[in-house]
Amino acid sequence: MPALIRWTGQRAEAAEDPFTNVVDEEPIPRGDVIVSLQRFHNEGHRLLAEGRKVGVRIEADEAVEDIAADLRRIAVVALVFPKFLTGQAYSSARILRERYGYEGEVRAVGDVLREQARFMVRCGIDAFAPTDGSTPEAWSHVANRYRHVYQRAADGRAPAFVERQA
Amino acid sequence: MYQYDAIDKEMLADRVAEFREQCERRLSGELTEDQFKRLRLMNGLYLQLHAYMLRIAIPYGALNSKQLRKLAFIVGAYDKGYGHFTTRTNLQLHWIKLRDAPDILAHLAEVGMHAIQTSGNDIRNITADPHAGANADEVDDPRIWAEAIRQWSTFHPEFSFLPRKFKIAVTASPADRAATKVYDIGLRLHRNDAGELGFEVLVGGGLGRTPYLGPVIRQHLPARHLLSYLQAILRVYNRHGRRDNIWKARIKVLVAGLGAEGFAREVEAEWESADAAQVDLPDLELARIRAAFTPRNFERLPAASSAFEAAKAGDPAFARFVRHNVKPHKIPGYAIVDISLKKPGETPGDCSGEQMELLADLAERYSQDELRVHYEQNLILPHVKLDDVPALWKALGTLDLDTPNRGLVTDIIACPGLDYCTLANARAIPIAQQIAKRFADPALAEKVGELGIKISGCINACGHHHVGAIGILGVDKKGEEFYQLTLGGSAEADASLGQVLGPAVPANKVADAVDSMVEVYLRERKDGERFLDTFRRTGLAPFKEAVYASAH
Repeated sequence: MPALIRWTGQRAEAAEDPFTNVVDEEPIPRGDVIVSLQRFHNEGHRLLAEGRKVGVRIEADEAVEDIAADLRRIAVVALVFPKFLTGQAYSSARILRERYGYEGEVRAVGDVLREQARFMVRCGIDAFAPTDGSTPEAWSHVANRYRHVYQRAADGRAPAFVERQA
Repeated sequence: MYQYDAIDKEMLADRVAEFREQCERRLSGELTEDQFKRLRLMNGLYLQLHAYMLRIAIPYGALNSKQLRKLAFIVGAYDKGYGHFTTRTNLQLHWIKLRDAPDILAHLAEVGMHAIQTSGNDIRNITADPHAGANADEVDDPRIWAEAIRQWSTFHPEFSFLPRKFKIAVTASPADRAATKVYDIGLRLHRNDAGELGFEVLVGGGLGRTPYLGPVIRQHLPARHLLSYLQAILRVYNRHGRRDNIWKARIKVLVAGLGAEGFAREVEAEWESADAAQVDLPDLELARIRAAFTPRNFERLPAASSAFEAAKAGDPAFARFVRHNVKPHKIPGYAIVDISLKKPGETPGDCSGEQMELLADLAERYSQDELRVHYEQNLILPHVKLDDVPALWKALGTLDLDTPNRGLVTDIIACPGLDYCTLANARAIPIAQQIAKRFADPALAEKVGELGIKISGCINACGHHHVGAIGILGVDKKGEEFYQLTLGGSAEADASLGQVLGPAVPANKVADAVDSMVEVYLRERKDGERFLDTFRRTGLAPFKEAVYASAH
């Protein structure tokens, strides 16, 4: 199974990935799977009835609102970052966590590089499939580099204006 | 002005450490230039025609003498002895070495300065009315709100990878000195009929290839909800702005596509569904920021100064400086003093280390330790006693900082152009110099009166040509530099976009063309009309005829 980096809330750790990412043209294998939004709409009900865990892959131009009603049954939301500079999924992650209170795994897939770690962690993404060979140590280093933050996000960190009042 | 506390300072220290590490990875070869590019572009570091360029942020254009002395030191130690103030109130260093960049950032951090978000597709340096805290007609101090936005937008986890760069300007006065109608978001503080403080919110203004004046999407946003409302606007943009075409990626294209009302509906819906209390600053924090901008201890002075009046009567050169560079202050006996960085023949916006040192001394001695940057590439001493203006003027004159031309034909905005910039099609600085030399006689410049000339070396419009009373845009015609002329633009309260005069003219004909247009204006103008007013009355025709008749 391919390796993942998982965020514990304080640091990054190596983790096994029990899910198979299934592209639309391929048949569904056994076990836990991540499928496209379209396929989830068509086959999600059946896959879940089979007793396996199901994740949904959300492309950059797709809306997480489309899975809002099913979030309790979805084990993983995999947000696609097609390019380093493509940033819609940061909004998607925050909406999942802050608006819908989603507590399952939110995973970053696509062009995922260590310099994004601190932004992704703050937006509530807790699993990463980096494409730059980053180790969990490098990931922790970047994600924990800044001692303060200026705004609330999905990570529960106290912003500067709260620290100042303490 | 706002002083960085321990938290703000640690943010900068962490940034310096991060950037130092990134530079080391590049210098050791671990990162290729391509991989490094996207990192350095988040740090205000560009690779230009001759060297690296570092863009230093000057939030809402405010500097104290300690900061200015530090900038003077940096341009001397790491650059060629001067810096360039831009139309975004930043300071650019055009000749630095990559290996020095982390040390420069460390020096800046010592005085609470940085280059954070001066490039990249993120929320850029926040600009505000440079007369803030000094002009009589403001309803509140816009710097309070600009500082709140600065903090909220710094390293914003959701909005650091937007479709395109994003610029916000704040004003609190009916006279618009922050060009709010040509910004991605323009914020205009005012009081409603009930006397409550709120923002008129304009979204989707901008220059560049497709210029727009920003429409109002909300007439009166209660001031305390500013940050949550900005989050809603940015989220709609981040999710729906175009990313397939760099020329269509700015928010103005999204707003134009949805229509101002349609865009406003999206924003309001997003705003309603988020928890504003999580985003908006608590009253205590707003009060803390406000306290940093409370008025200084102004002395109780008579409204008129006999020393000032005597100097005006005794020296026509001083009287001319006062006419153009000295503006009324809200406190009796004080004045706002404009310092022109537009001496004819010099590069608009350039300032030497020696000049910075002098200005730091003068700010300390005469202006309560404050200095401002105006987006028209000039500087301001905001709190000068009228009694001190004659001595200040003499001191400014020792380093050519007394040019009496604010707002006049020689007060030209120009981007760095093809002399420095990889994006440019044509040079801007030499064109500015040629035009300024034509009007170098202060009496002539004064006779012509208020006339904003703005020059951009390419369609990206860093020189704001669309909003120049005379706009000049450099274009490339088969490898030769040509210049398209536009007339009738303004970035102020009477904002308008310029109209194209006709075919572009070659580089050696631009100054002649400006001459011809000024002659038309002097011939056609009626009592009290500015160039812009005459143009608005007559239209293009007489100007067109004069420029192209002489070209044939």
